[in-house]
Amino acid sequence: MSEYLSQFADLFATYNVPLAFWMNIKLTFFAAIFSLVIGTALALMRISPIASLRLAGTWYVNVLRNTPLTVIMVFGVLALWSKLGVSFSPNFDENFFRLAVLGLSVYHAAFVCEALRSGVNTVPVGQAEAARSIGLSFLPAARIIILPQAFRGAIAPLGNTLIALTKNTTVAATASVAEAAGLMAAMIEFRSDVIIGIFLTFAIGWVIIVIPVGLLTTYLSRRLAVVR
Amino acid sequence: MRSTRMALAAIAAAGALTLSACAASSPDDTTDTGAGGETTASGDATDGAAAGDTIRIGIKFDQPGLGFQDGSEYRGFDVDVATYVTEALGYSADQIEWVESPSAQRENLLAGGQVDMIFATYSITDSRRETVSFAGPYFVAGQDLLVRTDETDIAGPEDLEGRNLCSVTGSTSAERIKTDYAEGVQLVEQPSYAECVGLLRDGTVDAVTTDDIILAGLAAQEGNAGQVRVVGNPFSTENYGVGIPKGDVEICEQINAALTTMVEDGSWDEAVTANTEGTGYTANAETNPPELMACS
Repeated sequence: MSEYLSQFADLFATYNVPLAFWMNIKLTFFAAIFSLVIGTALALMRISPIASLRLAGTWYVNVLRNTPLTVIMVFGVLALWSKLGVSFSPNFDENFFRLAVLGLSVYHAAFVCEALRSGVNTVPVGQAEAARSIGLSFLPAARIIILPQAFRGAIAPLGNTLIALTKNTTVAATASVAEAAGLMAAMIEFRSDVIIGIFLTFAIGWVIIVIPVGLLTTYLSRRLAVVR
Repeated sequence: MRSTRMALAAIAAAGALTLSACAASSPDDTTDTGAGGETTASGDATDGAAAGDTIRIGIKFDQPGLGFQDGSEYRGFDVDVATYVTEALGYSADQIEWVESPSAQRENLLAGGQVDMIFATYSITDSRRETVSFAGPYFVAGQDLLVRTDETDIAGPEDLEGRNLCSVTGSTSAERIKTDYAEGVQLVEQPSYAECVGLLRDGTVDAVTTDDIILAGLAAQEGNAGQVRVVGNPFSTENYGVGIPKGDVEICEQINAALTTMVEDGSWDEAVTANTEGTGYTANAETNPPELMACS
């Protein structure tokens, strides 16, 4: 047993596990920001009074939500980068990181949009009517009256989307980003003698990252809920 | 209300069935897990396999030239060697059950008794010897490079300085090039070699690296033939062994005997030639046919 443990400890000298997880956290951070921005814009489109914007928003959400994330990532590398020559950074590795952030953002924006729409549904119709009656047009009404309440009502579903995003960053291995899932595959390939230890390391690593997100969103959703 | 209850009951029943299915299979697995749990089964079989007995062979399903599933057929060098060896052990070709064994699952498949042996570009390494035993080796490959046919600047790994290189996620050969030959190489990692070859043909990467015989199989594939070639300057040695359950010396010796006759009667050469034809690839003659290692 102690031999197993020392071999297992060896692994951490050879493979940089915290660095791989740090990559996932960076991916999560940037993709969360961009998907929140895109998702909010989409949600605005979907609740706007303009039919063509609503149609475009619906179309985006349905297409992206129903495309597997792996396909989006592979599209980023094989089509955007390789065939079309799109490059987001002169730095070779940074380019793949940004491609992965782009893929994660456009995919999760669809889910953020739907979470926000569920938040909008918690805002009573009277609020929108009151906003209009004091002379606010659509955008000011959304900005001042609807969205602030919608965000507070949508914290739990947004948190779920964030948790899904965190775990989905493992798909970035497909886009040549050196993150935890890729490292786990490499470690199992070369050190199959400590396979259970490797598996547990990564399982526990994910639990440590994801549980605080869940606790925080639950706390915030209670605290910030609009009392009606 | 009634229908809800019925639905719940149905779900519960389905759940119970699923659980019991797990329970039924796990005791078998655990009894087989012990060292050489399969020994008796395969040992008996060798003395004249009873009709209807099957042997489960783990191969890759996605490596052209080595182990490749083509409809219901399996083709490649690993498949040919496995067929020859199992025939020598007393099984006919239709008694072989091919099981897909991806790299990361090979040790578990053997330890769990889901396969009897593995022929899947399985390099013999000390860390793998901790959990499984090896017969063979039946081939010595070397890590090499695949480049576009019109590429003239790349003759070996040291020429990759500043160039783009593709490999699958977590491969040793890419790491080795980076640390030993060309520090400035730019590495793209992809889920499989098919994507790498696509990138190579697009011109966005300049080389693909892994074992030479795998590269030869990729180069021979329809659609790639004539567009890419193997450089032929191997920079490592990979001993492909037959993975068997840990400590099964008896079956190891039988496999080694079969491999010896395979080399002696010329079928080994035939298998190599047949599977690498048209790629310009020749197995490294210094190391092939390989010297067998002692069973332990």
